[in-house]
Amino acid sequence: MNKKNTFKRKTLPALAMAGPVSLWMILFVTLPMMYIIYISFMSRGVFGDVVYEFSLESYKTLLDSTYFKVIVKSVRAAFTTTVFCLLIGYPFAYYIAKKPKEVASKLIMLIMIPFWTNSLMRLNSWLLLFQTSGPVNNFLQSTGLIDSPISFVYTDGLVMLGMITNMLPFAVLPMYSSIEKLSKSLLEASADLGASRRTTFFQITLPLTFPGIFSSIILVFIPSLGIYTVTDMLGGGKVLYIGNIIKNQFGAIRNWPLGAALSVLLIVITGLLIFIYTRFAKIEDMEVV
Amino acid sequence: MSISKKQKRKRREEVIGTIYSIIIYTILYIPVFVMMAFSFNNQRYNYFWNGFTTQWYSKLFSNSAVIGSLWYSVVIAVLSTVISVVIGTIGALGLKKYEFKGKKFINNMLYIPIIVPEIVMAVALLIIFMKTGIALGMGTILIGHCTFCIPYAVVTIKGRISGDDYSLEEASMDLGANRIQTFINVTLPGIMPGVMSAAFLSFTLSIDDVVMSNMLAGAKNSTLPVLILSMNKSGVTPDVNALTTIMILIIVIAMILNNIIKNTLKKRAKMEESI
Repeated sequence: MNKKNTFKRKTLPALAMAGPVSLWMILFVTLPMMYIIYISFMSRGVFGDVVYEFSLESYKTLLDSTYFKVIVKSVRAAFTTTVFCLLIGYPFAYYIAKKPKEVASKLIMLIMIPFWTNSLMRLNSWLLLFQTSGPVNNFLQSTGLIDSPISFVYTDGLVMLGMITNMLPFAVLPMYSSIEKLSKSLLEASADLGASRRTTFFQITLPLTFPGIFSSIILVFIPSLGIYTVTDMLGGGKVLYIGNIIKNQFGAIRNWPLGAALSVLLIVITGLLIFIYTRFAKIEDMEVV
Repeated sequence: MSISKKQKRKRREEVIGTIYSIIIYTILYIPVFVMMAFSFNNQRYNYFWNGFTTQWYSKLFSNSAVIGSLWYSVVIAVLSTVISVVIGTIGALGLKKYEFKGKKFINNMLYIPIIVPEIVMAVALLIIFMKTGIALGMGTILIGHCTFCIPYAVVTIKGRISGDDYSLEEASMDLGANRIQTFINVTLPGIMPGVMSAAFLSFTLSIDDVVMSNMLAGAKNSTLPVLILSMNKSGVTPDVNALTTIMILIIVIAMILNNIIKNTLKKRAKMEESI
Protein backbone atom coordinates (compact mmCIF):
# COMPACT_ATOMS: atom_id res chain seq x y z
CA MET A 1 0.00 0.00 0.00
CA ASN A 2 2.68 2.41 1.06
CA LYS A 3 4.82 1.39 -1.87
CA LYS A 4 1.96 1.99 -4.25
CA ASN A 5 1.49 5.41 -2.75
CA THR A 6 5.07 6.54 -3.34
CA PHE A 7 4.76 5.26 -6.88
CA LYS A 8 1.74 7.45 -7.48
CA ARG A 9 3.14 10.43 -5.63
CA LYS A 10 6.76 10.40 -6.72
CA THR A 11 7.72 7.88 -9.38
CA LEU A 12 4.84 8.46 -11.77
CA PRO A 13 5.16 12.26 -11.99
CA ALA A 14 8.95 12.00 -12.23
CA LEU A 15 8.56 9.50 -15.06
CA ALA A 16 5.96 11.61 -16.83
CA MET A 17 8.02 14.78 -16.61
CA ALA A 18 11.65 13.75 -16.94
CA GLY A 19 10.81 10.67 -19.03
CA PRO A 20 10.26 12.21 -22.48
CA VAL A 21 13.39 14.36 -22.41
CA SER A 22 15.49 11.46 -21.08
CA LEU A 23 14.15 9.11 -23.72
CA TRP A 24 14.79 11.66 -26.47
CA MET A 25 18.36 12.22 -25.33
CA ILE A 26 19.12 8.51 -25.11
CA LEU A 27 17.52 7.69 -28.47
CA PHE A 28 18.80 10.64 -30.49
CA VAL A 29 22.00 11.65 -28.72
CA THR A 30 23.54 8.77 -26.76
CA LEU A 31 22.78 6.00 -29.26
CA PRO A 32 23.84 7.89 -32.41
CA MET A 33 27.02 9.07 -30.69
CA MET A 34 27.92 5.56 -29.60
CA TYR A 35 27.09 4.17 -33.03
CA ILE A 36 29.26 6.70 -34.85
CA ILE A 37 32.19 5.79 -32.60
CA TYR A 38 31.52 2.12 -33.39
CA ILE A 39 31.35 2.76 -37.15
CA SER A 40 34.67 4.63 -37.04
CA PHE A 41 36.37 1.35 -36.13
CA MET A 42 34.89 -0.49 -39.12
CA SER A 43 36.14 -0.30 -42.70
CA ARG A 44 34.76 0.64 -46.07
CA GLY A 45 33.67 -2.03 -48.49
CA VAL A 46 34.27 -1.91 -52.23
CA PHE A 47 30.84 -0.44 -52.98
CA GLY A 48 30.92 2.17 -50.27
CA ASP A 49 29.21 -0.14 -47.79
CA VAL A 50 30.42 -0.71 -44.24
CA VAL A 51 32.39 -3.88 -43.51
CA TYR A 52 31.64 -4.82 -39.92
CA GLU A 53 35.08 -5.96 -38.80
CA PHE A 54 37.30 -4.15 -36.35
CA SER A 55 39.81 -2.03 -38.18
CA LEU A 56 41.91 1.06 -37.63
CA GLU A 57 41.98 1.78 -41.35
CA SER A 58 39.99 5.03 -41.09
CA TYR A 59 42.22 6.44 -38.41
CA LYS A 60 45.29 5.52 -40.45
CA THR A 61 43.74 7.31 -43.43
CA LEU A 62 43.42 10.44 -41.32
CA LEU A 63 47.19 10.49 -41.03
CA ASP A 64 47.53 10.47 -44.83
CA SER A 65 48.98 13.70 -46.06
CA THR A 66 45.79 14.81 -47.90
CA TYR A 67 43.48 14.43 -44.93
CA PHE A 68 46.06 15.47 -42.41
CA LYS A 69 46.58 18.71 -44.31
CA VAL A 70 42.86 19.43 -44.18
CA ILE A 71 42.79 18.74 -40.44
CA VAL A 72 45.75 21.04 -39.82
CA LYS A 73 44.20 23.70 -42.05
CA SER A 74 40.85 23.50 -40.23
CA VAL A 75 42.43 23.66 -36.80
CA ARG A 76 44.52 26.62 -37.90
CA ALA A 77 41.47 28.38 -39.36
CA ALA A 78 39.40 27.75 -36.22
CA PHE A 79 42.31 28.98 -34.11
CA THR A 80 42.73 32.15 -36.17
CA THR A 81 38.98 32.81 -36.02
CA THR A 82 39.03 32.39 -32.25
CA VAL A 83 42.03 34.68 -31.76
CA PHE A 84 40.50 37.41 -33.94
CA CYS A 85 37.10 37.09 -32.25
CA LEU A 86 38.71 37.41 -28.80
CA LEU A 87 40.96 40.33 -29.74
CA ILE A 88 38.18 42.22 -31.50
CA GLY A 89 35.44 41.11 -29.11
CA TYR A 90 37.02 41.78 -25.71
CA PRO A 91 37.40 45.58 -26.03
CA PHE A 92 33.96 45.70 -27.62
CA ALA A 93 32.42 43.68 -24.76
CA TYR A 94 34.32 45.88 -22.29
CA TYR A 95 32.97 49.07 -23.84
CA ILE A 96 29.37 47.77 -23.69
CA ALA A 97 29.74 46.41 -20.14
CA LYS A 98 30.89 49.80 -18.85
CA LYS A 99 27.71 51.48 -20.14
CA PRO A 100 24.67 51.90 -17.88
CA LYS A 101 22.52 48.76 -17.83
CA GLU A 102 19.70 50.25 -19.93
CA VAL A 103 22.06 51.33 -22.69
CA ALA A 104 24.05 48.08 -22.53
CA SER A 105 21.00 45.89 -23.10
CA LYS A 106 20.09 48.01 -26.16
CA LEU A 107 23.66 47.70 -27.48
CA ILE A 108 23.52 43.91 -27.02
CA MET A 109 20.21 43.84 -28.87
CA LEU A 110 21.90 45.76 -31.67
CA ILE A 111 24.47 42.95 -31.96
CA MET A 112 21.75 40.29 -32.19
CA ILE A 113 19.57 41.87 -34.90
CA PRO A 114 21.87 41.12 -37.89
CA PHE A 115 21.97 37.51 -36.75
CA TRP A 116 18.28 37.07 -37.35
CA THR A 117 19.03 37.39 -41.03
CA ASN A 118 19.76 34.03 -42.59
CA SER A 119 23.46 33.30 -42.05
CA LEU A 120 23.97 32.07 -45.62
CA MET A 121 22.54 35.31 -47.01
CA ARG A 122 24.92 37.30 -44.85
CA LEU A 123 27.81 35.23 -46.18
CA ASN A 124 26.52 35.70 -49.71
CA SER A 125 26.68 39.46 -49.14
CA TRP A 126 30.44 39.28 -48.64
CA LEU A 127 30.63 37.38 -51.92
CA LEU A 128 28.57 40.08 -53.68
CA LEU A 129 30.79 42.81 -52.24
CA PHE A 130 34.08 41.19 -53.12
CA GLN A 131 33.30 39.49 -56.44
CA THR A 132 35.28 40.40 -59.55
CA SER A 133 32.87 43.09 -60.75
CA GLY A 134 31.60 43.88 -57.27
CA PRO A 135 31.58 47.19 -55.40
CA VAL A 136 34.94 46.70 -53.65
CA ASN A 137 36.84 45.98 -56.87
CA ASN A 138 34.98 48.77 -58.68
CA PHE A 139 35.90 51.22 -55.96
CA LEU A 140 39.56 50.19 -55.91
CA GLN A 141 39.74 50.44 -59.69
CA SER A 142 38.05 53.83 -59.81
CA THR A 143 40.53 55.23 -57.32
CA GLY A 144 43.33 53.88 -59.44
CA LEU A 145 44.79 51.79 -56.66
CA ILE A 146 44.61 48.68 -58.82
CA ASP A 147 44.55 48.20 -62.56
CA SER A 148 42.71 44.90 -62.81
CA PRO A 149 40.26 43.42 -60.31
CA ILE A 150 41.65 41.39 -57.43
CA SER A 151 40.09 37.95 -57.14
CA PHE A 152 39.01 37.81 -53.53
CA VAL A 153 36.37 35.21 -54.24
CA TYR A 154 37.04 31.61 -53.16
CA THR A 155 40.17 32.54 -51.20
CA ASP A 156 41.11 31.62 -47.65
CA GLY A 157 41.02 35.30 -46.76
CA LEU A 158 37.36 35.72 -47.69
CA VAL A 159 36.46 32.48 -45.87
CA MET A 160 38.26 33.89 -42.82
CA LEU A 161 36.27 37.14 -43.03
CA GLY A 162 33.05 35.13 -43.18
CA MET A 163 34.07 32.96 -40.22
CA ILE A 164 35.05 35.90 -38.01
CA THR A 165 31.98 38.03 -38.76
CA ASN A 166 29.68 35.03 -38.24
CA MET A 167 31.28 34.01 -34.93
CA LEU A 168 31.89 37.40 -33.31
CA PRO A 169 28.65 37.61 -31.26
CA PHE A 170 29.33 34.20 -29.71
CA ALA A 171 32.61 35.62 -28.44
CA VAL A 172 31.19 38.96 -27.31
CA LEU A 173 28.20 37.75 -25.28
CA PRO A 174 29.95 35.51 -22.68
CA MET A 175 32.77 38.03 -22.26
CA TYR A 176 30.25 40.84 -21.86
CA SER A 177 28.43 39.09 -19.05
CA SER A 178 31.63 38.23 -17.19
CA ILE A 179 32.97 41.80 -17.48
CA GLU A 180 29.60 43.16 -16.44
CA LYS A 181 29.64 41.00 -13.28
CA LEU A 182 33.08 42.32 -12.34
CA SER A 183 32.79 44.29 -9.13
CA LYS A 184 33.70 47.94 -9.46
CA SER A 185 34.98 48.14 -5.90
CA LEU A 186 37.72 45.63 -6.68
CA LEU A 187 39.01 47.80 -9.49
CA GLU A 188 38.82 50.88 -7.29
CA ALA A 189 40.65 49.10 -4.48
CA SER A 190 43.37 48.11 -6.90
CA ALA A 191 43.71 51.70 -8.09
CA ASP A 192 43.67 53.05 -4.53
CA LEU A 193 46.47 50.70 -3.56
CA GLY A 194 48.57 52.32 -6.22
CA ALA A 195 48.30 49.84 -9.07
CA SER A 196 48.58 51.36 -12.51
CA ARG A 197 45.69 50.83 -14.88
CA ARG A 198 47.72 48.35 -16.82
CA THR A 199 48.52 46.37 -13.66
CA THR A 200 44.86 46.43 -12.60
CA PHE A 201 43.82 45.12 -15.99
CA PHE A 202 46.33 42.27 -16.08
CA GLN A 203 46.14 41.38 -12.36
CA ILE A 204 42.42 41.84 -11.67
CA THR A 205 40.21 42.29 -14.72
CA LEU A 206 41.72 39.69 -17.02
CA PRO A 207 41.97 36.83 -14.47
CA LEU A 208 38.48 37.45 -13.12
CA THR A 209 36.90 37.50 -16.55
CA PHE A 210 38.82 34.42 -17.66
CA PRO A 211 35.82 32.04 -17.35
CA GLY A 212 33.95 34.29 -19.78
CA ILE A 213 36.91 34.32 -22.13
CA PHE A 214 37.13 30.54 -22.02
CA SER A 215 33.38 30.25 -22.74
CA SER A 216 33.99 32.42 -25.78
CA ILE A 217 36.87 30.22 -26.86
CA ILE A 218 34.66 27.12 -26.68
CA LEU A 219 31.68 28.77 -28.36
CA VAL A 220 33.84 30.02 -31.25
CA PHE A 221 36.54 27.38 -31.66
CA ILE A 222 34.38 24.24 -31.63
CA PRO A 223 31.71 25.36 -34.12
CA SER A 224 34.43 26.84 -36.37
CA LEU A 225 36.14 23.47 -36.43
CA GLY A 226 33.07 21.70 -37.78
CA ILE A 227 31.75 24.39 -40.08
CA TYR A 228 31.16 23.69 -43.77
CA THR A 229 28.63 26.34 -44.77
CA VAL A 230 31.15 29.19 -44.78
CA THR A 231 33.59 27.24 -46.93
CA ASP A 232 30.73 26.17 -49.24
CA MET A 233 29.44 29.70 -49.68
CA LEU A 234 32.72 31.64 -49.81
CA GLY A 235 35.27 28.95 -50.69
CA GLY A 236 33.36 27.68 -53.71
CA GLY A 237 34.47 24.10 -53.11
CA LYS A 238 38.11 25.17 -53.37
CA VAL A 239 38.61 25.72 -49.65
CA LEU A 240 37.89 22.53 -47.69
CA TYR A 241 37.67 22.09 -43.93
CA ILE A 242 36.96 19.01 -41.79
CA GLY A 243 33.21 19.73 -42.01
CA ASN A 244 33.25 19.54 -45.81
CA ILE A 245 35.20 16.27 -45.74
CA ILE A 246 32.78 14.70 -43.24
CA LYS A 247 29.80 15.82 -45.30
CA ASN A 248 31.30 14.37 -48.48
CA GLN A 249 31.90 10.96 -46.86
CA PHE A 250 28.18 10.66 -46.26
CA GLY A 251 27.31 11.96 -49.72
CA ALA A 252 28.95 11.21 -53.03
CA ILE A 253 32.18 9.63 -51.74
CA ARG A 254 30.39 7.23 -49.38
CA ASN A 255 33.04 6.33 -46.87
CA TRP A 256 31.11 6.19 -43.61
CA PRO A 257 33.95 4.87 -41.43
CA LEU A 258 36.25 7.70 -42.52
CA GLY A 259 33.52 10.31 -41.93
CA ALA A 260 32.84 8.69 -38.57
CA ALA A 261 36.54 8.78 -37.64
CA LEU A 262 36.70 12.49 -38.48
CA SER A 263 33.57 13.04 -36.38
CA VAL A 264 35.18 11.17 -33.49
CA LEU A 265 38.20 13.46 -33.85
CA LEU A 266 35.89 16.47 -33.43
CA ILE A 267 34.18 14.82 -30.45
CA VAL A 268 37.55 14.18 -28.80
CA ILE A 269 38.73 17.78 -29.31
CA THR A 270 35.40 19.07 -27.96
CA GLY A 271 35.62 16.74 -24.97
CA LEU A 272 39.17 17.85 -24.19
CA LEU A 273 38.26 21.54 -24.24
CA ILE A 274 35.19 20.97 -22.07
CA PHE A 275 37.28 18.92 -19.65
CA ILE A 276 39.76 21.80 -19.28
CA TYR A 277 36.86 24.21 -18.90
CA THR A 278 35.24 22.23 -16.08
CA ARG A 279 38.54 22.38 -14.14
CA PHE A 280 37.90 26.00 -13.27
CA ALA A 281 34.27 26.78 -14.10
CA LYS A 282 30.89 25.10 -14.07
CA ILE A 283 29.47 24.02 -17.38
CA GLU A 284 26.10 25.50 -16.37
CA ASP A 285 27.74 28.94 -16.34
CA MET A 286 28.90 28.74 -19.91
CA GLU A 287 26.25 31.23 -21.10
CA VAL A 288 25.37 29.11 -24.09
CA VAL A 289 21.91 30.64 -24.30
CA MET B 1 45.45 69.80 -12.53
CA SER B 2 45.60 66.07 -12.07
CA ILE B 3 41.82 65.80 -11.95
CA SER B 4 41.36 67.58 -15.22
CA LYS B 5 44.04 65.36 -16.69
CA LYS B 6 42.13 62.33 -15.50
CA GLN B 7 38.91 63.67 -16.94
CA LYS B 8 40.61 64.41 -20.22
CA ARG B 9 41.91 60.86 -20.39
CA LYS B 10 38.48 59.50 -19.59
CA ARG B 11 36.90 61.60 -22.33
CA ARG B 12 39.53 60.48 -24.80
CA GLU B 13 38.93 56.83 -23.92
CA GLU B 14 35.20 57.31 -24.29
CA VAL B 15 35.69 58.74 -27.79
CA ILE B 16 38.05 55.94 -28.83
CA GLY B 17 35.59 53.34 -27.45
CA THR B 18 32.69 54.86 -29.33
CA ILE B 19 34.57 55.02 -32.62
CA TYR B 20 35.75 51.43 -32.13
CA SER B 21 32.28 50.07 -31.49
CA ILE B 22 30.81 52.03 -34.40
CA ILE B 23 33.36 50.27 -36.63
CA ILE B 24 32.38 46.86 -35.22
CA TYR B 25 28.67 47.54 -35.61
CA THR B 26 29.29 48.68 -39.19
CA ILE B 27 31.06 45.41 -39.97
CA LEU B 28 28.18 43.43 -38.41
CA TYR B 29 25.55 45.37 -40.37
CA ILE B 30 27.32 45.55 -43.76
CA PRO B 31 26.16 42.05 -44.81
CA VAL B 32 22.55 42.85 -43.90
CA PHE B 33 22.47 46.12 -45.83
CA VAL B 34 24.28 44.64 -48.83
CA MET B 35 21.75 41.80 -48.81
CA MET B 36 18.90 44.33 -48.80
CA ALA B 37 20.49 46.53 -51.48
CA PHE B 38 20.94 43.64 -53.88
CA SER B 39 17.25 42.75 -53.57
CA PHE B 40 16.68 45.85 -55.74
CA ASN B 41 19.27 44.86 -58.33
CA ASN B 42 18.01 44.72 -61.89
CA GLN B 43 19.76 41.48 -62.89
CA ARG B 44 18.76 37.81 -63.08
CA TYR B 45 21.83 36.84 -61.03
CA ASN B 46 23.63 39.20 -58.70
CA TYR B 47 26.94 39.68 -60.49
CA PHE B 48 27.19 43.46 -60.32
CA TRP B 49 24.92 46.41 -59.70
CA ASN B 50 22.72 46.87 -62.75
CA GLY B 51 20.22 49.54 -61.75
CA PHE B 52 17.26 49.77 -59.41
CA THR B 53 14.15 47.62 -59.68
CA THR B 54 11.41 46.38 -57.39
CA GLN B 55 10.46 43.54 -59.73
CA TRP B 56 11.87 40.82 -57.45
CA TYR B 57 9.37 41.69 -54.75
CA SER B 58 6.44 41.20 -57.10
CA LYS B 59 7.97 38.19 -58.87
CA LEU B 60 8.88 36.55 -55.57
CA PHE B 61 5.45 35.12 -54.99
CA SER B 62 5.35 33.43 -58.35
CA ASN B 63 8.64 31.62 -57.69
CA SER B 64 7.17 28.41 -56.35
CA ALA B 65 10.55 26.88 -55.43
CA VAL B 66 11.44 29.73 -53.07
CA ILE B 67 7.98 30.17 -51.57
CA GLY B 68 7.58 26.41 -51.24
CA SER B 69 10.85 26.08 -49.35
CA LEU B 70 9.92 29.01 -47.11
CA TRP B 71 6.62 27.33 -46.29
CA TYR B 72 8.42 24.03 -45.61
CA SER B 73 10.86 25.84 -43.29
CA VAL B 74 8.08 27.59 -41.40
CA VAL B 75 6.08 24.38 -40.90
CA ILE B 76 9.19 22.58 -39.61
CA ALA B 77 10.12 25.51 -37.36
CA VAL B 78 6.62 25.72 -35.86
CA LEU B 79 6.39 21.96 -35.29
CA SER B 80 9.87 21.65 -33.78
CA THR B 81 9.20 24.68 -31.58
CA VAL B 82 5.99 23.13 -30.23
CA ILE B 83 7.57 19.71 -29.66
CA SER B 84 10.74 21.16 -28.10
CA VAL B 85 8.93 23.58 -25.83
CA VAL B 86 6.49 20.94 -24.55
CA ILE B 87 9.17 18.32 -23.91
CA GLY B 88 11.61 21.00 -22.73
CA THR B 89 9.20 22.60 -20.26
CA ILE B 90 8.05 19.46 -18.51
CA GLY B 91 11.57 18.07 -18.80
CA ALA B 92 13.13 21.12 -17.15
CA LEU B 93 10.59 20.92 -14.31
CA GLY B 94 11.10 17.19 -13.89
CA LEU B 95 14.89 17.40 -13.95
CA LYS B 96 14.86 20.24 -11.43
CA LYS B 97 12.33 18.75 -9.03
CA TYR B 98 12.95 15.01 -8.95
CA GLU B 99 16.00 12.96 -8.08
CA PHE B 100 16.49 9.74 -9.98
CA LYS B 101 19.19 7.40 -11.15
CA GLY B 102 20.91 8.62 -14.27
CA LYS B 103 19.79 12.23 -13.84
CA LYS B 104 23.35 13.49 -14.01
CA PHE B 105 23.87 11.48 -17.17
CA ILE B 106 20.83 13.07 -18.83
CA ASN B 107 21.97 16.51 -17.71
CA ASN B 108 25.34 15.90 -19.35
CA MET B 109 23.71 14.51 -22.50
CA LEU B 110 21.79 17.78 -22.84
CA TYR B 111 25.04 19.66 -23.38
CA ILE B 112 26.21 17.42 -26.21
CA PRO B 113 23.98 18.82 -28.99
CA ILE B 114 24.71 22.34 -27.76
CA ILE B 115 28.49 21.98 -27.78
CA VAL B 116 29.51 19.26 -30.24
CA PRO B 117 29.75 20.57 -33.85
CA GLU B 118 26.40 20.23 -35.55
CA ILE B 119 27.77 18.24 -38.48
CA VAL B 120 28.74 15.46 -36.04
CA MET B 121 25.23 15.27 -34.57
CA ALA B 122 23.76 15.35 -38.07
CA VAL B 123 25.82 12.48 -39.49
CA ALA B 124 25.34 10.45 -36.29
CA LEU B 125 21.56 10.75 -36.70
CA LEU B 126 21.86 10.10 -40.44
CA ILE B 127 23.65 6.78 -39.83
CA ILE B 128 20.98 5.72 -37.33
CA PHE B 129 18.17 6.58 -39.76
CA MET B 130 19.87 4.78 -42.66
CA LYS B 131 20.59 1.76 -40.48
CA THR B 132 17.03 1.47 -39.17
CA GLY B 133 15.55 2.16 -42.60
CA ILE B 134 13.71 5.31 -41.61
CA ALA B 135 13.01 7.30 -44.80
CA LEU B 136 14.56 10.75 -44.89
CA GLY B 137 12.10 13.61 -45.08
CA MET B 138 10.24 16.03 -42.90
CA GLY B 139 10.11 13.60 -39.99
CA THR B 140 13.87 13.14 -39.85
CA ILE B 141 14.50 16.90 -40.17
CA LEU B 142 12.06 17.44 -37.29
CA ILE B 143 13.90 14.91 -35.13
CA GLY B 144 17.19 16.60 -35.99
CA HIS B 145 15.93 20.07 -35.13
CA CYS B 146 14.28 18.95 -31.90
CA THR B 147 17.50 17.21 -30.87
CA PHE B 148 19.25 20.58 -30.62
CA CYS B 149 16.17 22.69 -29.71
CA ILE B 150 15.15 20.55 -26.69
CA PRO B 151 18.49 21.03 -24.85
CA TYR B 152 18.36 24.80 -25.43
CA ALA B 153 14.75 24.84 -24.21
CA VAL B 154 15.59 22.82 -21.09
CA VAL B 155 18.61 25.00 -20.23
CA THR B 156 16.66 28.23 -20.80
CA ILE B 157 13.65 27.16 -18.74
CA LYS B 158 15.68 25.56 -15.96
CA GLY B 159 17.35 28.90 -15.39
CA ARG B 160 13.95 30.42 -14.68
CA ILE B 161 12.79 27.89 -12.08
CA SER B 162 13.54 29.02 -8.57
CA GLY B 163 13.20 26.78 -5.54
CA ASP B 164 10.38 28.69 -3.89
CA ASP B 165 7.95 27.81 -6.66
CA TYR B 166 7.36 24.49 -4.92
CA SER B 167 5.70 26.05 -1.87
CA LEU B 168 3.14 27.67 -4.15
CA GLU B 169 2.53 24.32 -5.84
CA GLU B 170 2.07 22.63 -2.49
CA ALA B 171 -0.33 25.33 -1.37
CA SER B 172 -2.34 24.83 -4.53
CA MET B 173 -2.48 21.06 -3.99
CA ASP B 174 -3.42 21.55 -0.34
CA LEU B 175 -6.29 23.73 -1.44
CA GLY B 176 -7.63 20.82 -3.46
CA ALA B 177 -6.32 21.45 -6.97
CA ASN B 178 -5.08 18.37 -8.78
CA ARG B 179 -1.68 18.05 -10.47
CA ILE B 180 -2.85 19.19 -13.91
CA GLN B 181 -4.72 22.20 -12.50
CA THR B 182 -1.71 23.13 -10.40
CA PHE B 183 0.57 22.84 -13.43
CA ILE B 184 -1.61 25.06 -15.62
CA ASN B 185 -2.58 27.64 -13.01
CA VAL B 186 0.47 27.86 -10.77
CA THR B 187 3.61 26.33 -12.25
CA LEU B 188 3.27 27.42 -15.86
CA PRO B 189 2.58 31.15 -15.23
CA GLY B 190 5.65 31.24 -12.98
CA ILE B 191 8.01 30.01 -15.69
CA MET B 192 6.24 31.66 -18.64
CA PRO B 193 9.05 34.14 -19.45
CA GLY B 194 11.46 31.19 -19.71
CA VAL B 195 9.03 29.22 -21.86
CA MET B 196 8.57 32.20 -24.19
CA SER B 197 12.28 32.73 -24.67
CA ALA B 198 12.75 28.98 -25.21
CA ALA B 199 10.08 29.12 -27.91
CA PHE B 200 11.70 32.13 -29.57
CA LEU B 201 15.11 30.47 -29.44
CA SER B 202 13.82 27.15 -30.83
CA PHE B 203 12.03 28.88 -33.69
CA THR B 204 15.05 30.95 -34.71
CA LEU B 205 17.43 27.97 -34.41
CA SER B 206 15.16 25.79 -36.51
CA ILE B 207 14.33 28.27 -39.25
CA ASP B 208 17.98 29.27 -39.74
CA ASP B 209 19.36 25.74 -39.59
CA VAL B 210 21.34 24.49 -42.56
CA VAL B 211 23.37 21.51 -41.39
CA MET B 212 20.70 19.19 -39.95
CA SER B 213 18.24 20.08 -42.72
CA ASN B 214 20.86 19.52 -45.38
CA MET B 215 22.02 16.14 -44.07
CA LEU B 216 18.63 14.75 -43.04
CA ALA B 217 16.43 15.96 -45.90
CA GLY B 218 15.12 13.53 -48.44
CA ALA B 219 15.43 14.21 -52.16
CA LYS B 220 12.01 15.86 -52.39
CA ASN B 221 11.71 19.06 -50.41
CA SER B 222 14.29 21.44 -49.05
CA THR B 223 14.09 24.17 -46.48
CA LEU B 224 14.92 27.75 -47.45
CA PRO B 225 18.49 27.67 -46.04
CA VAL B 226 19.20 24.41 -47.87
CA LEU B 227 17.84 25.94 -51.10
CA ILE B 228 20.14 28.96 -50.61
CA LEU B 229 23.11 26.66 -50.02
CA SER B 230 22.33 24.75 -53.20
CA MET B 231 22.17 28.04 -55.12
CA ASN B 232 25.71 29.04 -54.18
CA LYS B 233 27.30 27.45 -57.27
CA SER B 234 25.21 29.43 -59.76
CA GLY B 235 24.69 32.44 -57.51
CA VAL B 236 21.83 33.32 -55.19
CA THR B 237 19.01 34.99 -57.13
CA PRO B 238 17.79 38.48 -56.10
CA ASP B 239 14.29 37.24 -55.25
CA VAL B 240 15.81 35.36 -52.28
CA ASN B 241 17.37 38.68 -51.20
CA ALA B 242 13.90 40.20 -51.44
CA LEU B 243 12.41 37.41 -49.33
CA THR B 244 15.06 37.63 -46.59
CA THR B 245 14.69 41.42 -46.58
CA ILE B 246 10.97 41.04 -45.92
CA MET B 247 11.68 38.45 -43.21
CA ILE B 248 14.19 40.57 -41.29
CA LEU B 249 11.87 43.60 -41.50
CA ILE B 250 9.01 41.55 -40.03
CA ILE B 251 11.26 40.34 -37.20
CA VAL B 252 12.54 43.85 -36.39
CA ILE B 253 9.02 45.36 -36.48
CA ALA B 254 7.74 42.55 -34.24
CA MET B 255 10.61 43.21 -31.82
CA ILE B 256 9.89 46.95 -31.69
CA LEU B 257 6.15 46.35 -31.16
CA ASN B 258 6.93 43.83 -28.44
CA ASN B 259 9.13 46.41 -26.70
CA ILE B 260 6.50 49.14 -26.96
CA ILE B 261 3.82 46.85 -25.52
CA LYS B 262 6.13 45.77 -22.71
CA ASN B 263 7.03 49.36 -21.85
CA THR B 264 3.42 50.61 -21.83
CA LEU B 265 2.39 47.67 -19.64
CA LYS B 266 5.24 48.50 -17.26
CA LYS B 267 4.28 52.18 -17.17
CA ARG B 268 0.64 51.34 -16.56
CA ALA B 269 1.57 48.99 -13.75
CA LYS B 270 3.73 51.72 -12.21
CA MET B 271 0.93 54.27 -12.49
CA GLU B 272 -1.54 51.93 -10.88
CA GLU B 273 0.95 51.31 -8.11
CA SER B 274 1.36 55.02 -7.44
CA ILE B 275 -2.41 55.48 -7.29
